[in-house]
Amino acid sequence: MRRQPVLRVTSKTLLPVILLFALYVQFHGDFGPGGGFQAGVIFASGFILYALLFGVANARRVAPGGLIRMTLASGVLLYAGVGVAGILLGGNYLDYSVLAHDPVHGQHLGIMLIEFGVGMTVASAMITIFFIFAGQDHGDEE
Amino acid sequence: MVLTALAFAVIRNLFAVVMLSGMFSLTAAVLYVVMDAVDVAFTEAAVGAGIATVLGLATLALIGVTRERLSTRSHIGPFLLAMLTGGVLITSTFDMPAYGDPEAPINRHVAPRYIEESGREIGIPNVVTSVLASYRGYDTLGEVTVIFTAAAGVLVLLGRARRRRPVADDAGNAERNEAAE
Repeated sequence: MRRQPVLRVTSKTLLPVILLFALYVQFHGDFGPGGGFQAGVIFASGFILYALLFGVANARRVAPGGLIRMTLASGVLLYAGVGVAGILLGGNYLDYSVLAHDPVHGQHLGIMLIEFGVGMTVASAMITIFFIFAGQDHGDEE
Repeated sequence: MVLTALAFAVIRNLFAVVMLSGMFSLTAAVLYVVMDAVDVAFTEAAVGAGIATVLGLATLALIGVTRERLSTRSHIGPFLLAMLTGGVLITSTFDMPAYGDPEAPINRHVAPRYIEESGREIGIPNVVTSVLASYRGYDTLGEVTVIFTAAAGVLVLLGRARRRRPVADDAGNAERNEAAE
């Protein structure tokens, strides 16, 4: 792929837009289509595009395996933690109404947090799986 | 979509099959948009047409096989089973209510409550998000856990073999650095 200037330049221009769009889908999921899952997948596909064109080693330098595994676990923890926070504040598990003074505001906050957790886990899961699949034959060659 | 599905069965070139599965997902995504399910279409386009295709190609590169080998065993039993299942599924779709029928059970159970009340209770214009994240919060938590488990499983199964070599390399580098000093 090193000698594909058109692909490289195009994807370099598109990459920030893809990542920005992922964030838009993440935080605009309340108003339009989308949400954490879709945002995570778009974010991961931006990463995978980068890895396809500039090599897995370079992509790995941007997102080290340890960091990806951290976000993978902390996404689920954030989701479950929001549920536990609901219990501690006197509601049921995953009841967001008690998170703020106003139930509607609490719902907003809870949904935003759990969607962020979903997005973190989904994006890191996809990136992990791709890195491992792509890293296998890399290891055999060496 | 039917044509793509038939082509799956006929074509033996696995590269073409991966590309066809991407096409199949893209067609499905368009179909979902036509049925006004934009959230699902979004997911299908990103996961099915995007990531699944890339992962399929990565797998092909990994196993190094590009053509499916034909087995010589008889296919009559599996063929009959598949036809039977397909027949049962198709006959049961005749009993389903027409698409968009307001009297259908799915439109009379909890859906009206979600549509009427969620604006007041959750205050979010996208009802799909309120249902997924709040009313069905447990289900979504389960889904996220499934994705986490999938990634953890891949890490355990394939990650270890890959990681052993770099660790050995690092050790070798460290020794070399010490020797150089």
